[in-house]
Amino acid sequence: MTVTNFGIEVPTFWFEDVAVGDELPELIKEPDTRQLVMYAGASQDFVAIHYDHKVAAEAGHPKVIIHGALKSAWLGELVTGWMGSAGRLLELDVSYRAIDFPDDTATCVGKVIDIRIEDGVGFVEIEIGLRNPAGQITTPGRALVSLPIKATFS
Amino acid sequence: MTTSEKSVITDELLAFIGVESKPATYEIERHAVERFACAIGDPNPLYSNEISARSSSYGSLIAPPTFFRSLLPGDYPTTYPEPFAHILDGGSKYRYFEPVRVDDQISVVRKITDLFEKRGRMGTMLFKITEITYTNQHGQTVATQATTTITYGTGEKDSGVDSH
Repeated sequence: MTVTNFGIEVPTFWFEDVAVGDELPELIKEPDTRQLVMYAGASQDFVAIHYDHKVAAEAGHPKVIIHGALKSAWLGELVTGWMGSAGRLLELDVSYRAIDFPDDTATCVGKVIDIRIEDGVGFVEIEIGLRNPAGQITTPGRALVSLPIKATFS
Repeated sequence: MTTSEKSVITDELLAFIGVESKPATYEIERHAVERFACAIGDPNPLYSNEISARSSSYGSLIAPPTFFRSLLPGDYPTTYPEPFAHILDGGSKYRYFEPVRVDDQISVVRKITDLFEKRGRMGTMLFKITEITYTNQHGQTVATQATTTITYGTGEKDSGVDSH
């Protein structure tokens, strides 16, 4: 998915603005059980461990757990919010290595690990992750985006 | 694995690899997109502000990248014989080719591409890789999502364990 026609949009964030090692602004989420219920309804994911305390306790958890896919949504927001509407998200990979809980602050972080131009398209690869209050990355991942190249924009 | 430990991956399960589900088709409703964006807490105007979205390079309201989670695929021709009771989501890999716009019609088909088992602290765990393909009304593949679903344990089945 590459953009050749920006319509009436004038991009404000360019491929040239990005360097390897750049860190994306952190996205802080403060989830509560209400949000889990909203997400269950919006996504049609009614696996009970996300809203039924008894089911969560039987699985050995102190409380209900956050949907992995909700964590993916936050990591998607981290990247799309950063790249702006002239960028395009091409790939999003997320792996749920450890469980996260409501009422814990979830911090979404990202760092540019590669930039390259291929066939006139500016690609940026980003290492992403969700960090729990203990400082552990529970949900690592990566994203690939394309950004407009200022030098070729007229 | 020693020969005394029997694999949970039966021929019946193996026969499911590569079998395509029936398609499920959805109209992408503006309010469903708004509700999803609100539920994940993403304030991006591309998902809810028509004037702002129209003046963007997309030219219309679009759906967030993980909105696909709300578009459940169709059923398999026969019931998948899930051997376990409990379910964990291992992760997703999305590939995006075209935007999903409000008023699009998206068909969703899935197929299992791999099954393997591992032994851990919760006993034998079955890993299932499912590739879900999303196609719009123009016949364009807009995205794919490869999911890893982990199932384990016996007892009363979790809600949803048979449908993921």
